[in-house]
Amino acid sequence: MAKLIKNQQIIDDTWQVLALDAEADAAGVTVPAGQWLVPLAVWQAQPALAARGDVAPLLDGADDPAALADQLATLPLVAVNFPKFVDGRGYSIATLLRSRYGYTGELRAVGDVLRDQFNAYFRCGFDALSPAAGKYTDAQLEAALASLADFTEPYQASIAHRDPLFRRHHRSAA
Amino acid sequence: MYRYDAYDQKLVDERVAQFTNQTERYLAGELSEDEYRPLRLQNGVYIQKHAPMLRIAVPYGNLRADQVRKLAHIARTYDKGYGHFSTRQNMQFNWPRLETIPTILGELATVQMHAIQTSGNCIRNVTSDPFAGVAADERVDPRPWCEILRQWSTFHPEFAFLPRKFKIAVNGAADDRAVIRAHDIGLELVTNAAGELGFRVFVGGGLGRTPIIGQEISTFVAWPHLLTYCEAILRVYNRFGRRDNMYKARIKILVKALGAEAFRDQVEAEWAHLKDGPATLTQAEVDRIAACFVDPDYAALPATDAGYTAALAENKPFAAWAKRNVRAHKQPGFASVVLSLKKTGIAPGDITDGQLDTVADFADRFSFGEVRVTHEQNVVLADVRQSDLFALWQAARDAGLATPNIGLLTDIVCCPGGDFCNLANAKSIPIAESVQRRFDDLDYLHDIGELELNISGCMNACGHHHVGHIGILGVDKNNEEWYQITIGGRQGNDASLGKVIGPSFAAADVPDVIETLINTYIAHRHEDELFIDTVHRIGVEPFKQAVYGDKTPAQRKVANG
Repeated sequence: MAKLIKNQQIIDDTWQVLALDAEADAAGVTVPAGQWLVPLAVWQAQPALAARGDVAPLLDGADDPAALADQLATLPLVAVNFPKFVDGRGYSIATLLRSRYGYTGELRAVGDVLRDQFNAYFRCGFDALSPAAGKYTDAQLEAALASLADFTEPYQASIAHRDPLFRRHHRSAA
Repeated sequence: MYRYDAYDQKLVDERVAQFTNQTERYLAGELSEDEYRPLRLQNGVYIQKHAPMLRIAVPYGNLRADQVRKLAHIARTYDKGYGHFSTRQNMQFNWPRLETIPTILGELATVQMHAIQTSGNCIRNVTSDPFAGVAADERVDPRPWCEILRQWSTFHPEFAFLPRKFKIAVNGAADDRAVIRAHDIGLELVTNAAGELGFRVFVGGGLGRTPIIGQEISTFVAWPHLLTYCEAILRVYNRFGRRDNMYKARIKILVKALGAEAFRDQVEAEWAHLKDGPATLTQAEVDRIAACFVDPDYAALPATDAGYTAALAENKPFAAWAKRNVRAHKQPGFASVVLSLKKTGIAPGDITDGQLDTVADFADRFSFGEVRVTHEQNVVLADVRQSDLFALWQAARDAGLATPNIGLLTDIVCCPGGDFCNLANAKSIPIAESVQRRFDDLDYLHDIGELELNISGCMNACGHHHVGHIGILGVDKNNEEWYQITIGGRQGNDASLGKVIGPSFAAADVPDVIETLINTYIAHRHEDELFIDTVHRIGVEPFKQAVYGDKTPAQRKVANG
């Protein structure tokens, strides 16, 4: 079973991603039983999914997180897809969900999620990281937990550090 | 200069540890080439023709003597005894072994230096005026604001993987010496009618494949809002900049596609949520950083030093050097000195380990222990007593750092080009040298007057050829190296892009073509008119006519043999 880092612990990942072909009909696709992350188009086309409790929306880089603004309080989780780790749109989406839209539930990074970006994910508000299945051995993933804390006192305000360094600490004159 | 506190130091140390671990995993095969590439780039490591190239950050061009000595040590120990100052005020080493780079970064960290975000699709080293703090035309010292931006942009978690690289420049003087309108964000320090300090904001400037002059999106952002406003720009860009085509991924393409007004509206809408939030700057933080940039302890001196005046009158070579390489200073009795890295036969911007040590000694002896790097690839001692200029000149001459050519045709701005760079279409250093050799007569050079010649080995435009009065661009045609020439570009307040004069030339013809352009200028110039002004007055046509005559491009090629 794939592994998930949640709240800095490694746990089994019980959710799966529902892949949708470009031509597929978002309204017609069947979401089977079990826990599924579904593309925003499916989530929006099938309002009944919201009542299931075991289906959650998966935002892509081009999606507008505002689309979920009214539902955030009731979602089991929100996932953000990183198709490639160098596609940084998900960091802004996460930041917006946590700040502008006040989302407090599980925020999960899925896709090309690599340990060298764990710290940035964490600081942008992700509390769940789902590297691709098989990407890391258990031992590698254990070692990778250290990357969450690559930078302990970053300069900027972010989701993890509400205030920038100059407001968090007194910095004496150089 | 800014000095690290424990927090700054810890971040840099943590970066060394992080990159050391990443490089170990790469060398052990745990990290793939594709996974490692962006990580090494964000630490300034390119894989080049001969070896990795390491680009070290020189924040807004400022260095202390101990840092310059460290660069000398690195050049000597890990490289081939020289380094290269780039057009973004950074230092590049062309020959380090990948395995040694974590160690080099560790050494740099001991003198408060690093290679963070000197490449990659992230916010790069902030650049500024090399005469900040000493120029007579300065309204506001840009350096504290550069440092504030440096800290904000360093390891910003949201903006580490932008669509493309992102460059910010700050100017605080009447004359723009930071080419702010050729940057993704250009910031001009201004004061509004109420006397408040703030920034005029330009976005979407840049050279490269699609050269565009930046457009103004705000006439005034008050200083407390600098970071939230930049954050709004970056967020709009990060979300909506193109990622499907790396050649269309810079913010300038987004600004152009939306139009400056629509882009500004998006930024303002985003900013409305961020304004007055936690990232709003505090007076205490600005004061803390500004305290690092107060004037040094200048002695009270007469406006003109009698010994200096006498030496100018008696010594012609010294006077020639002073005319070109010494600049007026805001403080009576002081001057700023440009040490030329444009000696004929040496690649523009290159400096040896011994010269670096010498520059560090000069800094300690003559200029309060500080040095600046210019984007024209020279080195500045900003605070020299007039009474020391003669001694400095003699020592600089001995070190090969006193070529009296600053601002003249042979003060060529030039990228490393095909000799080193993987991206280059053509060599650029030999072109620079061939032009320097052609114009080796100093009196003639001075008669031609101020003229900026910029050479880029490819359209990425590291040599900023678009804004050279004369620009030379290396192009590839059927696997042969050719050179396209533009005239009429300029940096500064009236920044403009040069116009191509016609079909390109073989390397051997470039000095002739430059000479023809110069002769055309001399034939047409009004008294005291600079080359660039003549070009703008009479247009490109007379130059074109002189270079190509009635030849068609095909005939020209035959004529070239």
